[in-house]
Amino acid sequence: MRLSERIIEKMLVICAAIALLGIAVIAVFITKEGWPIISKIGIKAFFLGKDWTPTKGVYGIFPMIIGSIYVTIGALAIGVPIGISCAIYLAEIASPKVSAIIKPGIELLAGIPSVIYGLYGMTVIVPIIRDLFGNQGFSVLAGSIVLGIMILPTIINISKDSIEAVPKEYKEGSLALGSSHWQAIIKVILPSARSGIISSIILGMARAVGETMAVIMITGNSTMIPESILSPVRTLTGNIGIEMGYASGEHQKALFATGIVLFIFIMCLNLLAKLIPKKAGA
Amino acid sequence: MVRGKVKLILCLIVVMTLIMTACSGQSDTVETEKKILINGSTSVQPLIEELASAYKEKHPGAIIDIQSGGSGVGIKSAIEGVVDIGMSSRELKSDEKMLKEFRIATDGIAVILNPENPINDLTIEQLKKIYTGEITNWKEVGGKDATITVVTREEGSGTRGAFTELIGVEEILNSSITQGSTGGVMTAVGSDENAIGYASYGSVKNSANLKIISIDGIPCDEENIYSGAYKISRPFLMVTKEEPTGIAKDFIDFILSDEGQQIVEDNNYLKTNR
Amino acid sequence: MNDIKIITSSRIKERVAFFLLWIFSIFTAIILVLIVSDIIIKGAPHISLDFLLEEPRKMGKEGGVFSVIVSTIYIVVLSIIFAAPIGVAASVYLAEYAKESTMLNIIRFGTEALAGIPSIIYGLFGYSFFVFFLDLKYSILSGALTLTLMILPTIIKTSEEAIKAVPKSYREGSLALGATKLQTIRKIIIPDAIPGILTGLILGIGRVVGESAAVLYTAGSSLGIPDSIFRPGRTLSVHLYTLASEGISIENTYATAVILIALVFIINFSANTLINRIFIARRR
Repeated sequence: MRLSERIIEKMLVICAAIALLGIAVIAVFITKEGWPIISKIGIKAFFLGKDWTPTKGVYGIFPMIIGSIYVTIGALAIGVPIGISCAIYLAEIASPKVSAIIKPGIELLAGIPSVIYGLYGMTVIVPIIRDLFGNQGFSVLAGSIVLGIMILPTIINISKDSIEAVPKEYKEGSLALGSSHWQAIIKVILPSARSGIISSIILGMARAVGETMAVIMITGNSTMIPESILSPVRTLTGNIGIEMGYASGEHQKALFATGIVLFIFIMCLNLLAKLIPKKAGA
Repeated sequence: MVRGKVKLILCLIVVMTLIMTACSGQSDTVETEKKILINGSTSVQPLIEELASAYKEKHPGAIIDIQSGGSGVGIKSAIEGVVDIGMSSRELKSDEKMLKEFRIATDGIAVILNPENPINDLTIEQLKKIYTGEITNWKEVGGKDATITVVTREEGSGTRGAFTELIGVEEILNSSITQGSTGGVMTAVGSDENAIGYASYGSVKNSANLKIISIDGIPCDEENIYSGAYKISRPFLMVTKEEPTGIAKDFIDFILSDEGQQIVEDNNYLKTNR
Repeated sequence: MNDIKIITSSRIKERVAFFLLWIFSIFTAIILVLIVSDIIIKGAPHISLDFLLEEPRKMGKEGGVFSVIVSTIYIVVLSIIFAAPIGVAASVYLAEYAKESTMLNIIRFGTEALAGIPSIIYGLFGYSFFVFFLDLKYSILSGALTLTLMILPTIIKTSEEAIKAVPKSYREGSLALGATKLQTIRKIIIPDAIPGILTGLILGIGRVVGESAAVLYTAGSSLGIPDSIFRPGRTLSVHLYTLASEGISIENTYATAVILIALVFIINFSANTLINRIFIARRR
């Protein structure tokens, strides 16, 4: 009995380590496929090169890095104010009835597959932008709007949890000192929940950076550095997604190399979210 | 009940290990000769799907797996012997000529505009300038004063490869809207009145929300593509590493037979002009 | 007098602020309604029993989605078969055995990081590892193995929380009666945590059903009913992506989207029901 228990315990450890192993294998394989091309054309030429012409062997992903950054900033500009407001409302103000309606809605928003967001963006949002601004419609703006909506659940859920985790005494103390509910929220509750709110933003950012299918369908995928929010744009994920099906040889390796950049991006964001102190108050 | 659940979980683990070991030792199943794997151009795929289903009706046991990885992948897979047949929507390059090639159909690449656009004809030279960014406004080619939305396919696509080669463009304007599929180009052009794009003639022929224009005064239609008068056309190829045998040979023979070529025509492609 | 003024002005401020917060919250709900209703209005009229039971013809331009549904079921079942035992075992270890240590922190970070990796990276990985390195080719199996890694964090996290929520007294009672730790886990803790574990599995299924980027490059996109797990197949999400981006058939695109949304509805609803049941059980 003792022996079998020990064996089973070891098996459990192995299962627990599989996730870690998974991350390691993913990192190894993406790097193995992509690194040779980066070292061949040079780190500087790869990261800062402004031309992406695989048929000629020119691989510069600078426009895509900028593209990812633009679209992500746009998504945050839309998603953060709405998301945090919604989180405050749900955690502090909403009656149980109202939150009973909105909460499942947010879960559903999180569960909708990204292709459906892409379909909606392509058939509704892109034409609206085209009519409003007289451009081609596929643009940084379209990508930002759709991604802004897609990161809402992440921001709302994590922010709401951290607001709800602020000890009741803080709020009561503030109210007892004569401040209004709104003042208590602004001056006491939000500062206490700050770290949770910041990590919600970082994780939302990670989701925006990593989204692929929806982005391909709505951003136009041009390989130039966008001039304005109305220009078409290609993100790192879009670069992989749109060309992966057709690429072969060196071209394919260059897409894996794009994957390395994306992987590093995401790992940095995860690490950042992890490093933010988790305590409420302070 | 609890015991049952633990047993269930243990069973699942066992099943999983079995499957894992099974796959490390798995090779192609016994019926290799009844099964073929095809990969390649997305432009050719719809046609092959049709041909395959007609073929399967005659030969119920046959299994034909069709993947679409693009012409480059199709050719490369055929060279490596990973697939039985590769599909290509462009001519083979000189270093790919060791493959056996079978021309199964001819396809024109139609230049498409939105029906709202008054332009009906462009010269190859104008087309080239539009796709390199030298001409950016429709009024420069006799249209209204509006910026041209250039729509193209992504790098690696056979249609893009054939198009750029045929009109002699070195490098397509990098600000153009890039779509990952024929349908993507059609949607983008169909919904934007200032857009220009290109796609397989067979795919766009019957689209009400698109306008096919003539090039150098020669209309893009069956007759002109077949005769070669319409310049922007390319073959659909099936390529194999060695002289095909078994079901692969049988399938290719079927495609080249009158019956197969009739299906090609029924699907708006032109039979091969070998 | 002055005091009253300050109070009223701050009350007005509060009103305005709360109103704005309310607007934003309602806005979130409205977005959802807009998207879902747009899809349903355009797609529902094209759904019929025939659509569900017919095989796609002409690349999905005509016919239904039967083979696509079959492939989806294949992939869902297979990834759950792989992920459930590993995920539950991992969560048992993390909740019951692991002691605070650097190793544990690393394992936890690995699990969290796995959850944050974009699906396109899973696609690249699955393509180079399962499809080529292990030579599983484009197959249901390659797709399912890739998705297993992807849903593992969800299952581990939800199950771990469920196991941790089992009252301490249960454990102590069982141990006091002379049961070993493993017996306690098997007979007391897991049965009590089952609803939570199931919730994790259901959420995992939701991710599998909705995933497209990771499946496209591992399970392939061929239509036709896969007759074994070594054959390629096309899931609903991949089918929807292909239909939408190829512009093959607007009716079938939206009809497929409606099916996908309906599945997400059902999955979310059952997960919620289970969660509620846990809370009710706890309160008793």
